[in-house]
Amino acid sequence: MNKTEQQLPNHEMELVLGNLLRAGVIIAAATVFLGGIIYLLRHGFAVADYSVFQHEPSYLCNVQGIVDNASTFHGRGLIQLGLLLLIATPVARVALSIFEFARKRDTLYVIITLIVFCILLYSVMRG
Amino acid sequence: MNTFIFTILIWLGSIIAGFLGSLTGLGGGIVIIPLLTLVFGVDIRYAIGASLVSVIATSSGAAAAYVKEGFSNIRVGMFLEIATTVGALVGAFLALRLSTPIIAVIFGLVLMHSAYISSRPRKESLCLTKPDRLANILKMNGTYPTLEGLKSYNVCSVPLGFGLMFIAGTVSGLLGIGSGAVKVLAMDQAMRLPFKVSTATSNFMIGVTAAASAGIYLNKGYIDPGLTMPVMLGVLLGSSLGARHLFGAETKKLRIIFGIVIFVLAVEMIYSGLKGGLLK
Repeated sequence: MNKTEQQLPNHEMELVLGNLLRAGVIIAAATVFLGGIIYLLRHGFAVADYSVFQHEPSYLCNVQGIVDNASTFHGRGLIQLGLLLLIATPVARVALSIFEFARKRDTLYVIITLIVFCILLYSVMRG
Repeated sequence: MNTFIFTILIWLGSIIAGFLGSLTGLGGGIVIIPLLTLVFGVDIRYAIGASLVSVIATSSGAAAAYVKEGFSNIRVGMFLEIATTVGALVGAFLALRLSTPIIAVIFGLVLMHSAYISSRPRKESLCLTKPDRLANILKMNGTYPTLEGLKSYNVCSVPLGFGLMFIAGTVSGLLGIGSGAVKVLAMDQAMRLPFKVSTATSNFMIGVTAAASAGIYLNKGYIDPGLTMPVMLGVLLGSSLGARHLFGAETKKLRIIFGIVIFVLAVEMIYSGLKGGLLK
């Protein structure tokens, strides 16, 4: 019984995190969908060819460029923004876990979670 | 082919890939990459970028369902994520340097290995005797709900599990798949977690691992919006349909068919890689 009581607050927090992840995915998917509609209306009759790899234009490869492009309702920019939100979803979960471990005064896991968070930031912000 | 028809076809293919991936527990990436490269002639770098993004979507979308059942071990997951995210960065940097035929051959070999692992029965061997010293320091031993109430479990071989997770992360970052098969293997057989705990914890880790390499792929121009849009939306829809369906006996038959399909795809990938450059 004692164990169950200890388990519950932790579990509630996890539920909140789980729902946050799902909300992130839904918002990201809706953004991608909206961008996709605009993209297809504008470029639907162009020829699709992905057989040769060309580096994506640089404004679709970094946070600032994507946000600028999406804010003018360009299809490709909006899709990229949705994908960026999707990548940010697990990062946000890790960030919230840092606070959660801090609240439980679990220093060891605050450090472990911070390491993971820094690796993720390095990946997303680099370049 | 015009973009509109191309997008619809990729979307339909991605629904099937997501559906089969979630039903068999192998993940959507394992089917979507051969589908894009072999059937639609997409450069494998674009295919990897699109698959990786859909991996994040399915993993994060399913997390709430796992959490409700209360099985995932956040501490184990978070600690092992140090290994998987560093591995994912290494994998992504490798992908930038290796030639596409070599990546295709590695993909084929990993595909075969995943098909082999998933075809074998999963054996649950719990770590009930002596937990790892590290597991005690890292406070990993936990409880999980069963029919008889909460049951406690210990965690074995933390260093071995950590090493295997680094490999899983590298594979995930290099090939754009979730590599859930390697993750589950590490937690089942090395760390000896109960099935339900290792499955849920693996799902928890897949999204974070994929996000680590997805950032690099986005920065390096591997993620094309026009291609990734139908892949991500299709795999997400397909996998949520797959998670809702339980076919019972039919699932077993489907697994065998899926295993054969994967084997054929693996041979095709290796052949195309060899033909595309390694034998020239």
